[in-house]
Amino acid sequence: MEKKIATVKMRNITKTFGTVVANDKVWLDIYKGEILALLGENGSGKTTLMNMLSGIYFPDEGDIFINDEKVVIRSPKDAFDHGIGMIHQHFKLVDVLTAAENIILGLEGKLDLKAATEKIRRICEAYGFEVDPNQKVYDMSVSQKQTVEIVKVLFRGADILILDEPTAVLTPQETDKLFAVLRNMRNDGKAIVIITHKMHEVEKLSDRVAILRHGQFVGDLPTEGTDAQELTNMMVGYSVNLNIARPDPVDPKPRIEVNGLTVRSIDGVLKLQDVSFTAMSGEILGIAGISGSGQKELLEAIAGLQPVESGSICYVEDDGTRDELLGKDPLSIAEKGISLSFVPEDRLGMGLVGGMDLSDNMMLRSFRKGRSVFTDRKSPRRLAKQVVEELNVKTPSIETPVRKLSGGNVQKVLVGREIASAPKVLLTAYAVRGLDINSSHTIYDLINQQKQKGVAVVYVGEDLDVLLELCDRILVLCAGKVSGIVPGRGAKKRDVGMMMTRLGGNSNE
Amino acid sequence: MNKTREPLFHIVKRGEMPWYFGWSVRAVSIVLALACCGLITVLVTSENPIKIFSTIIDGSFGSSRKFMVLLQNTAMLLCIALALTPAFKMRFWNIGGEGQALAGALASAACMILMKDQPNLVVIPCMVVTSILAGALWGAVPAFFKARFGTNETLFTLMMNYVATQIVAYFSVVWENPKGSGNIGVINPLSKVGWFPEIFGSKYALNIIIVALVTVAMYIYLNYSKHGYEISVVGESERTARYIGIKVEKVIIRTMLISGAVCGLAGLLLVGGTNHTLNADIVAGRGFTAVMVSWLGKFNPVWMIFTSVLLVFLERGAGEIATDFGLNASFGDILTGVILFFIIGGEFFINYKLSLTKAAKKEGK
Repeated sequence: MEKKIATVKMRNITKTFGTVVANDKVWLDIYKGEILALLGENGSGKTTLMNMLSGIYFPDEGDIFINDEKVVIRSPKDAFDHGIGMIHQHFKLVDVLTAAENIILGLEGKLDLKAATEKIRRICEAYGFEVDPNQKVYDMSVSQKQTVEIVKVLFRGADILILDEPTAVLTPQETDKLFAVLRNMRNDGKAIVIITHKMHEVEKLSDRVAILRHGQFVGDLPTEGTDAQELTNMMVGYSVNLNIARPDPVDPKPRIEVNGLTVRSIDGVLKLQDVSFTAMSGEILGIAGISGSGQKELLEAIAGLQPVESGSICYVEDDGTRDELLGKDPLSIAEKGISLSFVPEDRLGMGLVGGMDLSDNMMLRSFRKGRSVFTDRKSPRRLAKQVVEELNVKTPSIETPVRKLSGGNVQKVLVGREIASAPKVLLTAYAVRGLDINSSHTIYDLINQQKQKGVAVVYVGEDLDVLLELCDRILVLCAGKVSGIVPGRGAKKRDVGMMMTRLGGNSNE
Repeated sequence: MNKTREPLFHIVKRGEMPWYFGWSVRAVSIVLALACCGLITVLVTSENPIKIFSTIIDGSFGSSRKFMVLLQNTAMLLCIALALTPAFKMRFWNIGGEGQALAGALASAACMILMKDQPNLVVIPCMVVTSILAGALWGAVPAFFKARFGTNETLFTLMMNYVATQIVAYFSVVWENPKGSGNIGVINPLSKVGWFPEIFGSKYALNIIIVALVTVAMYIYLNYSKHGYEISVVGESERTARYIGIKVEKVIIRTMLISGAVCGLAGLLLVGGTNHTLNADIVAGRGFTAVMVSWLGKFNPVWMIFTSVLLVFLERGAGEIATDFGLNASFGDILTGVILFFIIGGEFFINYKLSLTKAAKKEGK
């Protein structure tokens, strides 16, 4: 067998931010013709490490060798010069330009759009991309935008590609397509690194797995012959249970009845159309759908944050009393005595205040209590301490601004506060987005506990495997309409995936 | 061969530092600033820098009168800075302190002129009420438009300054005294109607005490009241505020009413307490300097006491050396600029450090 060539060698790479050591003497080899999965918990330094390779950060210590030659990478342009290209989680495209224009943007030399378009076509053919070079970016789906980003990097001659959580925004079908393209590129001799949290993707796609833990390199191993359990244990440093429990619903009763809900955005775009469903107490109702299919609007409409065109949202008490929630804002819903908790998608921009400390963030829900003009600081402090203890939040102190905590800990603070008020309804949007597997399971456990207490849980998720394992029923949204509601037990991933892209899920094939 | 040279240094964010670290950096900044000022003084004027420094100190501490002026000017500057702070904490860039204070000053002067035959017991309460209302109105107008139509508050409050200036200029002519001078002159010089009483033998003492009370009140309001908490939440994230049911529009208008009202109070103190007259320049740019006081004090009323003292001290010192050495007044401003540059630069080094890279370290050996 031919010996593999390490095209990138990172040696003793150290990077600190203040007192936080993001990378601690990391060694990493990246080989040509191989897909390397970089695994690690939140805050284990994966993205930081790759950012140093792509010129975003500069290492405090350590050396980078490319094809056995020591290099200094100070900017993304340097990285390109060495054939390194990174596709970030957040795309960096100009909306009003076409794909081709975006791809050649910033290149030096004569502007020759025709030749560029031709070259783009060749790249697309070679690897199996589907891109129309003349399509404007604002007309593109998320997956198309991602394709443009990848082509952009290839256009600049990159043969080392880094993808930071590329599948977070894709449907299962789009993910399969992306993986096919990545395999083509690997077979062409390119070196590919993908950062991901999803174990089944690691198993499906990668040839080798490298694992970071607390900024340190734990080891690497061939994907073949390992499994999710072993990898997770290496990631967290101890043995964890990866099964998601799904206890049977306890005494389900209708709690939230949504009827004919129609929502338009400010610019008049139809976001939800005639959506009807019932969320039951003691049950987890999953909401599946491609991102932007109306999930956000649906939850915000229930929480009183989204103006609604027509329809009704009824809160049903145990004794059958009904309260219309439409036209009420969060304050008047709370004043009605309806205990509704909401874990929004944007944790630091909506659910919490990043610059405030833990105890001030606990106060967000409770500060109005009492008639005094002054705030009660003691009970939020107590609650903060309790959440830190019970949910095992890693924080230097409860006086630390939540912005400084890692993603998983931020989410624990938010979920902890929302369930502290003993809600009757719990709405969660992408509750585990960006969280590592260990923190994700903590959140699943918390949600299950709420379910068993009789809370009606609405769980908007993106990982179909989790939705299928966790939820009692799954409502599938497709372009703002209900594509179907299926029982979670026994549902097929493929069927749900089809329902996400086509109403009712019937394919034309 | 390297295509790219290693950078000599790069900027690294510092972690949590003990409290005394920040203060020692600030102390070093001031020492460096003084050294730099001394150097510039010698180079530009060939005067003895020690003499210049001692004159600067004289400007504020040379006599008990000068000291009282320092306190009075500090109080006025601090008062407007306190007024701006709740707005700033809400990320509402109120650049209209000048106009809001002027509106208050105009209302006070109007009361003094139009009610000159009434007893002080009637006139002074009227001045207090009308000037606070006038300032609040001047602040609430841009807040209303911001809350309702999303207008840009920076431009709006700035423009309101010019409107206030022009209105005062107009009334300066209407109420001119003596006729033809275009100035209002001292109002009620003999009857002293509307003049605040002197206490402790000083006409400044009452102003200083009032501002001290406002400082304490503002500190408590911002840090311990429910309103103060709402202001912080709205400032950090409007979406979070809506999410927990805070009515953002209401908070914006309410906060600007308070901000404008305290500015109006500053106008009242200027007219009723010290100047006893009105002209378009009575606030003397404090509405803008106060922005710096508030920022340098990190929106903390207690720290703002120090920053306002510092700025007034520098300003008084600059004036003093201008007269004593026959230097151009701008020279004092240059020194003030140098000192501020070092102080603000020091804040950078509290949060970040420059770290030499290996190559640079080797070269240094």
